[in-house]
Amino acid sequence: MKFTIQVSEGPYTHQASDSAYQFTRAALEKGHEIFRVFFYHDGVNNATRLTTPPQDDRNVVNRWSELAAEHNLDMVVCVAAAQRRGIADADEAKRNGKDADNLAPGFRISGLGQLIEGAIQSERLVVFGD
Amino acid sequence: MTQKKFLYVNRKAPYGTVYALESLEVVLIGAAFEQDVRLLFMDDGVFQLAKGQDTAGIDNKNFSPTYSALGDYEVTKIYVDKQSLEERGMSLDDLQHLVWEDEDDDWAERDSIVLVDRSEIKEIMEENDVVLSF
Repeated sequence: MKFTIQVSEGPYTHQASDSAYQFTRAALEKGHEIFRVFFYHDGVNNATRLTTPPQDDRNVVNRWSELAAEHNLDMVVCVAAAQRRGIADADEAKRNGKDADNLAPGFRISGLGQLIEGAIQSERLVVFGD
Repeated sequence: MTQKKFLYVNRKAPYGTVYALESLEVVLIGAAFEQDVRLLFMDDGVFQLAKGQDTAGIDNKNFSPTYSALGDYEVTKIYVDKQSLEERGMSLDDLQHLVWEDEDDDWAERDSIVLVDRSEIKEIMEENDVVLSF
């Protein structure tokens, strides 16, 4: 089956972020297709490479980046939600006159249309959040 | 482009968390993609449609006027859970009067808000292709 995944909550605060990752990984292992993973609301905080958890804890951000590299996942961060929360790639940072960027590898920043397209193109849209 | 039926389920109060505002942003984008868009308000989500909102005291943008633009985006079905209203001591009169213009009837104004009960909500969820919960 073809899925699009929406991640609506940030890492280390809400189980939704872990569950989305675990679902996505399990679906890929079972041979399903993940059309796109879309990060919205505080979910955009899953995409900052400045995340530094304690060494004995999981690294939620690196885990997504590694999964993306392994499976050629399309991971999209909503631009409007990202701007509000200070998540930027080099282009976005430059465009908005910021002195730093923080988008982790494997993620890209784009618009909400990517979520709508994901819902249209996939058989199921699965939302992880409250 | 394929047209699907999108149902946006809004369950949270308009302020306090960002979900209502960011849900509305998806709704408007989805409508611009010419998808068939319906909205459902239940639980504290019914407060999103309350009329006379004034956010000056909390220094948040009052985005409630945007709901009246939904008709122009061809969003013509806005379901409100009757029980959620009643539980909060509210009725239809406490909500904004939302309308859309019927192209097939000389642009006559029609009410967008439809009060529904819980059994109808089950059917509404079943008849839509994509259900997004905010």
